[in-house]
Amino acid sequence: MSDKSPEVLYNERLQRLKDAAAGKVPDRVPVFGPFQKYPYNFGGITLQQAMNDYPAARAACHKFLDYFQPDADFGPIFAYPAPAMETLGWNAFKWPGRGLADDTMYQYVEGEYLKADEYDEFIYDPSDFMLRKWAPRQFKALQGFSQMVPWRRFMWSGWMNFGFFASPEMRETMQLAIKAGEQMNDWWGSQAKYWGELQAKGYPLAFAGWDWPPFDILGDTMRGTHQILADMRRRPSKLHDALEVATQIFIEYGSGAAGAPLPFCWVWVHKSTREFMSDAQFSEFYWPYLRKGLLALVDKGVTPVLYWEADFESRLKHIVDVPPGKMIYHLSNTNYEKAKDVLGGTTALMGNVPNLMLLSGTPGDVRAYCKKLIDVAGKDGGFIMDAAVMLDEAKPENLKAMFDFTREYGVYR
Amino acid sequence: MTPRNPNLKQQLVDAFANLEEDQAYHLAETMLAEGQAPQSILDGGREAMAIIGARFEKGEYYLPELIIAGELLRRIGDLVKPRLAAAAPQGAPRGKVLIGTVAGDIHDLGKDIVTFMLDVNNFQVMDLGVDVPASKFVEAIREFKPQVVGMSGFLTLAFEQMKRTVEAIVAAGLRDQVRIMIGGAIMDDKAAYFAGADAYGANAGEAVKLAQSWTGGK
Repeated sequence: MSDKSPEVLYNERLQRLKDAAAGKVPDRVPVFGPFQKYPYNFGGITLQQAMNDYPAARAACHKFLDYFQPDADFGPIFAYPAPAMETLGWNAFKWPGRGLADDTMYQYVEGEYLKADEYDEFIYDPSDFMLRKWAPRQFKALQGFSQMVPWRRFMWSGWMNFGFFASPEMRETMQLAIKAGEQMNDWWGSQAKYWGELQAKGYPLAFAGWDWPPFDILGDTMRGTHQILADMRRRPSKLHDALEVATQIFIEYGSGAAGAPLPFCWVWVHKSTREFMSDAQFSEFYWPYLRKGLLALVDKGVTPVLYWEADFESRLKHIVDVPPGKMIYHLSNTNYEKAKDVLGGTTALMGNVPNLMLLSGTPGDVRAYCKKLIDVAGKDGGFIMDAAVMLDEAKPENLKAMFDFTREYGVYR
Repeated sequence: MTPRNPNLKQQLVDAFANLEEDQAYHLAETMLAEGQAPQSILDGGREAMAIIGARFEKGEYYLPELIIAGELLRRIGDLVKPRLAAAAPQGAPRGKVLIGTVAGDIHDLGKDIVTFMLDVNNFQVMDLGVDVPASKFVEAIREFKPQVVGMSGFLTLAFEQMKRTVEAIVAAGLRDQVRIMIGGAIMDDKAAYFAGADAYGANAGEAVKLAQSWTGGK
C-alpha cells in the first residue's frame, strides 16, 4: 500500500483521469466504473436494503472502495431513494419491494406520457407540459398539478386563479410533495456525507452530471420507445421541432457539471443502436441534436462521457465527428480494435470487460482480456478500464483481477 | 353495386408494404364495401407482412417500420375479423415456438421483434410476455409442446436467470423435446453456453433461421 497522503492520492487520481479523458498518456490506465448493484451485494446487503437504509448503503460502498480502490467512485448514487419513490407513487418504475424481488435491479416501465397530439404543447412550453400533464401521469402523488392554471398566465390579475391550491387534489399533492421533499433531502444528505468521506480518503467523485440525448429525453420518459420510433415516419417534422427543444434541455441539464473538480457528465445513450433505427434515421434524428448538445457542453468546460450501451460499430463513422480530446466514449460490446482505429486521437475510450466474463470466467480470463484492451485501446493513452456495462453481478476475484492487473500492467513507461 | 375490383387487393398489399397506413386502411374498407371476401383482405395483410419481413432482413426496414406494420395489421384485423364467418383457414404452421423474457427482466422490444418475424415466417408463436419465471416456461412447454424455446433478456441478471430456466426445463425432463435459443443486447455465444441453451441469435433474422433449421431446414 502507498504511504502517500490522501490529498496526494486525490490529486494523482484526478490528473490521471483528466489526462486519459483528454486523450493524453497518463501515468497509468485509470480503472473505475458506474457499478450499479454490485457494491451493495459485495458489502453484504440487497439492493432493497441499500435503497432504504442509507447508512448501510454507505457502509457497503466504503467496503467496496477500500477493497478495489477505483480511481474514481460513484458512491451510493445508484441506490435510488425508495421512500421518496414510494411517497411519490412513481408509476413509471419498478423496484425491489414494488413490483420486483428484493435484490432485482430496478427497471423503467414504458408508457406514452406525452401523447401524439400533445407535441405542440411540449414545444410551446415544456415546463408547463411537464408540470400539469407529465408529472401527474408519472407520479400518483402529483395528481393535484393537473388542477393548476399555466403559470405563464399569471401576469396582472392572473394570480386570481390561485383557488386551485385549495382543491382537495392539490392539498393532498402538496402534503405528499413536502413529505417526498424531506425524504429526498435525507437521501441527498447521505450522498453528500459519502462524497466528503470519499474525498477525505483520496478519491475523486466520478460524476458531476447526468444527461440523456435529446432523442432519449423525448423517447424514454415521454413518448415511449414504440411511439417515438414510429414518429420518425409518422410525424417527422413535429419530432424535429421537439428535438430542438429537447436539445436545449440537454444542454441545461448537463451544464451543471461545469466547474466540478472532475467535470464528467455521464450521457446515457439508449435508443440509437442499429437494432432500433437505420443509419439514415440515426443521422437525421439522433446524432445532429446530440452532437449540438455535446459541443455546447464542451464549450462550458464539461467532459461528456457517452455511455454507448450496445454495438455501435456501424455508427463510428458518424460519432467520430467531434472536437478532439474533449470526450470519453464508453463502449459496451463495440469492437475496441475498430473503435480505436476510428476514434483514437479524437475521443478517449472506456470499457469493456464483458460482464459475463466477470460473472462466470476466471481471473486468468479477465487478465488476458485486460491485457489486450490495454495493448490496443490503451495504446498512446486515452483509455480507461471498466466493465462493458453497469455491473450488477460478478465474482469478486474476477473484478479484483481487473483492478489489480490494470494497476500493474497499465503503467505507461 | 360497384363491380369487384381485383386490383384492390394488390393495391392493399403495396400500400401496406410501403407503410402508407391511411391508404392501406382505406383500401381495406373499400374492399369490404365492395363485398370482397374478408379473408382476401387478411391474405393481403399476410402478403404485405412477408414483404415487410424480407425488407427488414435486407436492412431496408428497421424497428420503426415493424412497429408501424404491427399496428396496421392489428387495425385491419379489428376491421375485418367481425365479418369473418368462421376461423380463418390457415396453412399448417411450420412449427411452434415458445418465447418470453426471463424472470426479473421486463424488457419486451427484442422479444417482440423476434415474435413478429417468426410469425411472418409461418411459425405459431406463444408469447409468455416479460418477467417469466422458469416454472411458467416449463408449464407452457408441457401444454403448448413447442419445438423451439426462445429466451430473451436485456439485463445482466438474465445470464443467471436463463441458466436457471434451462435447469428447470432439464429437471422437468423436457430438455430433449425442445431446442433453446437466446437473444438480447448483451447476449452472445458464450452466454448461450453459460445458460445451457443450444444457440444465440444476434437478431430477429438469425432467430428465424435457427427456428427454421430446427424444424426441418429452410
